[in-house]
Amino acid sequence: MKYMLLIYGAPGAEPTYGTPEFQTMMASFAAFNEKAGADGVLRGGEGLQGIETATSLRVRGGKVETMDGPFAETREHLGGYYVLEVPDLDAALRYAAMIPVAGYGTIEVRPLMDYNPTNT
Amino acid sequence: MANAAPQAIAVSKALDAVMRQDRGRLMAALVSRLRSFQLAEDALQEASISALVHWGREGLPHSPQGWLIRVAFRKALDQIRTERRSTERDTAMHLILEILGTDDNEAEIPDERLRLIFTCCHPALELKSRVALTLRAVCGLSTAEISRLFLDNETTMGQRLSRAKAKISSAGIAYVVPQEDQWDDRLNAVLTTTYLIFTTGYTSPQNEPRDLCGEALFLTRVLCMLRPEQAEIEGALALMLLTEARRSARVSPDGATVPPGEQDRNLWDRAKQIEGEQLLETALRRKRAGPFQVKAAISACQMSAPGPDWPQILLLYNVLLTMEPTPVVQVNHAVALAETGHLAAAQSILQSLEGSLADFQPYHAALAHVLAKANNKEGARRAYSSAIALADNESDRLFLKNQSSKIV
Repeated sequence: MKYMLLIYGAPGAEPTYGTPEFQTMMASFAAFNEKAGADGVLRGGEGLQGIETATSLRVRGGKVETMDGPFAETREHLGGYYVLEVPDLDAALRYAAMIPVAGYGTIEVRPLMDYNPTNT
Repeated sequence: MANAAPQAIAVSKALDAVMRQDRGRLMAALVSRLRSFQLAEDALQEASISALVHWGREGLPHSPQGWLIRVAFRKALDQIRTERRSTERDTAMHLILEILGTDDNEAEIPDERLRLIFTCCHPALELKSRVALTLRAVCGLSTAEISRLFLDNETTMGQRLSRAKAKISSAGIAYVVPQEDQWDDRLNAVLTTTYLIFTTGYTSPQNEPRDLCGEALFLTRVLCMLRPEQAEIEGALALMLLTEARRSARVSPDGATVPPGEQDRNLWDRAKQIEGEQLLETALRRKRAGPFQVKAAISACQMSAPGPDWPQILLLYNVLLTMEPTPVVQVNHAVALAETGHLAAAQSILQSLEGSLADFQPYHAALAHVLAKANNKEGARRAYSSAIALADNESDRLFLKNQSSKIV
């Protein structure tokens, strides 16, 4: 099954650039990428720029409304994602625990929708 | 056909007995091959309806369990044939035909309940759903029974069960016993679930045909048998046995809760107490400490003769705090401090918890008890009235009222 690991973190909780904690975080991300790559389960993943760069849009009554910032006012923001292909939820959770943000933020694990329109 | 009615009753009784005793095993075997809770449940339901007809006509089969499982597989096959998703269908059909092809009607059904229990108690499911699903799939309680025991509406409980089963399949929760690296966490999720079943039964009136304490003990005994030599499983079983041993003494004749230290020891079930103590000793010798073993040890110390061994209980709470630093454990730790003469320390801990436990009845009861000990009568009375207002059952309310009236 394919799972998306959505990485949520509060901006204030992140280690500061240049500190040893920041180094550790970067090393852990590298270790995760290497492990998931070597296991052959990594199907994709990107990091996102900060919420100050976000623009939200919705169409209401045929009219486009554009807003500065993320739509939802939450403490933790989406900072990036991975897509993994693994046999089951336990395997996905095992990888999720390796993402360093799990130590101060939250990793949401969601199966991808499995469209099979041709039914084959 | 003069004998039809009594025979029908006899057959349905026999079927009930088989289902009560073996439903968990049958479900475990079906789910492991059909890979779908709903399909397994529907197939077993249809098989039991067929059993009423066939057994009534031809008598009880040599192996009722073997009969039920084969018919259930056939019913599942019919169901799968009408479904559309073909790759899954082919795999499932292939498996079932293989099973039906073997002619060992009497073959022993392998006990796969461990997988079933771990799946039902997966931490990706809400705790209440884990409880409901375990009682339904492993213990064979009906949705109506479960909803009654949890004071819930039957429709709501049915929806909860459906959602849980749907999540197992859509989120890809595997039907397996967890691997070594996830074992401790997953076992703790299982034991937390069985213990919640136990405590729910312990505090509810005993007028239901299915006693939740009995179901929790049954589940934990199954775990103990299928995965022997696990200190925490033994610890959880010991905790339940020691608590169960005091059940007849936990409420006084006038209906008020009685704390362990003041209970009539003649009412304790000696056999359960001894079994609990022995299990705890076995568990502790394995030198793999865990919260359930510590809680069982606290329970055993509360039953020490001639009264609770508070210095030992205090030491145990110190250990438990390092494993589960929850506000609830902190409250009990404070009580143990007060019982061993450290009144000031107990009060300062309780004061620091006021904000987070304002709605927690045992917090106010503990505070009242400690303040009364410290001779702060006014504070104790106030705390008792908060506790009385929050009490969710008559026995606790009566106990708290009695305690409050003792302050003069």
